[in-house]
Amino acid sequence: MTPTEPLIVARALTKRFGTFTAVDGVDFEVARGEAFGFLGPNGAGKSSTMRMIGCVSPVSGGALRIFGLDPHSDGPRIRARLGVVPQEDTLDTELSVAENLLIYGRYFDMRRALIRERTAELLDFFQLAERAGDQVEKLSGGMKRRLTIARALVNQPELVLMDEPTTGLDPQARHAVWDRLYRLKQQGVTLVLTTHYMDEAEQLCDRLVVMDGGRIAATGSPAELIRRYSTREVLELRFGVGVQETLDLAVIDDVADRIEMLPDRLLLYTDDGDKAAAVVSQRGYRPVSVLARRSTLEDVFLHLTGRTLVD
Amino acid sequence: MATPPAVRVLEHQLVAYRRAWRGSVVSSFCTPVLFLAAMGLGLGSYVDKGHGGTGAASLGGASYLVFLAPGLLAATAAQVATAESTYPVMGGFRWQRYFHAAVATPIRSGDIVVGWLTWEAFRLFLTVTVFLGVSALFGAVRTPSAVLAIPAAVLTGLAFGAPITAYAATRDSDASFAALLRFGVLPLFLFSGTFFPIAQLPAAVRPLAYVTPLWHGVDLCRRLAMGDISPARALVHLAFLSAFVVAGGLAATRTFARRLEL
Repeated sequence: MTPTEPLIVARALTKRFGTFTAVDGVDFEVARGEAFGFLGPNGAGKSSTMRMIGCVSPVSGGALRIFGLDPHSDGPRIRARLGVVPQEDTLDTELSVAENLLIYGRYFDMRRALIRERTAELLDFFQLAERAGDQVEKLSGGMKRRLTIARALVNQPELVLMDEPTTGLDPQARHAVWDRLYRLKQQGVTLVLTTHYMDEAEQLCDRLVVMDGGRIAATGSPAELIRRYSTREVLELRFGVGVQETLDLAVIDDVADRIEMLPDRLLLYTDDGDKAAAVVSQRGYRPVSVLARRSTLEDVFLHLTGRTLVD
Repeated sequence: MATPPAVRVLEHQLVAYRRAWRGSVVSSFCTPVLFLAAMGLGLGSYVDKGHGGTGAASLGGASYLVFLAPGLLAATAAQVATAESTYPVMGGFRWQRYFHAAVATPIRSGDIVVGWLTWEAFRLFLTVTVFLGVSALFGAVRTPSAVLAIPAAVLTGLAFGAPITAYAATRDSDASFAALLRFGVLPLFLFSGTFFPIAQLPAAVRPLAYVTPLWHGVDLCRRLAMGDISPARALVHLAFLSAFVVAGGLAATRTFARRLEL
């Protein structure tokens, strides 16, 4: 393949489990050096797509090329150039941190001396150097996750696949992981990740697709998607219990481009949240809390699917 | 030089075994000591005096200890292989998930099966070698050809390990393993000629013993250890045991692929 050719090309890519269609004819391309995200709720087909790209799940329909190769016939050759961070950790918790990198490096048939070199670098980079000799069992959830990501880099992959890299981590551990992933991106490593956290997608992804029900609902950079499917700002209004249901929305219909009624709050899509807040107040609305904020991918998702990302 | 993928899978188990080998060697040593002392010497002295002193004749002229040790060697191999093929295999799929980690690399599911069974063979080799050494200390080994019982016992173990590994890959929980041990492996352990010649079994159930891999393994190990086996008999045993290993290995290749490549 030529350097400008995309690393991943999917055309009408489909995954079926029996009669259930998990991925329903999706098209996308990932370019070298890009950070590409699949954003969507649980069950959207993100993980199934990732497993097909990772060459562990046979394609049911459509075409998929990774590095210009066919996963069906060239699985091991493709996987040799991938780094995979699965959704659930697959570390051998009875072994030490360094031993986990050793056995994984050996799966790639790397020389032991080279693995040792990479281990030192990676444990340093992921702030695990002091734990090299400790059993994985004893590490915190955040450390295990960092180790899983470090392990995925041992073979110096051209493409790193991460399935929900920070799900289940506390905010601090999460930011530590993001920081490291951001640095990787700076080094030019191509990242493909799935997430149902919009802040994760916004922080890390140059470009993303919004998935829902096995299909792609939209594609673009986070900023593009927000521009296209949302307004600059959002005004969030919360009311006392039972009040929201009694409101007459017609009164404020002209205040915002669009109004979304969620079970616990009202969202007004507008380019100027503060101005809208003032008008709403003039018209007799008495919310218990008012928040004017920038639009996020959550709003894009809500607009595209009518549902929130994380219930 | 590229290392074959199955060997790289084996390496993982060897790294893990570096931490666990002491305990496993101690138990490999204690099992035969306990069994040979209690049954070989204790029960044996009683058996040898039985039938008005003709007990030994019914065991082919050997003392009970000499009769028991190689049979127990084969039966122990079957038990160790069963243990290695149940919970650790479940761990690879469900708990630690190390098999899932391996297939994300250039390793294929078939490589994992070959590597795993090679690991079992290695583990069995250590166990039965220690066992035979202990037997020799007890005076239960009479001919140098007894060393041939080592590969024979490894093969016997794999005849259990390969099909049970295939089976374990189809399970979602370890609930069935206890039943497999209690109602599958334990009856075989007791009734496959390990402790008494199967000629003692009622004629109606004797054919059952002939189709179990353990009887073939016990008879093969025993006759090799006693230096009393015809090539034809040895071949039948080898063929029977090998058939279990090959069929089990092929089945495992399918069940592993189904589990890992959804």
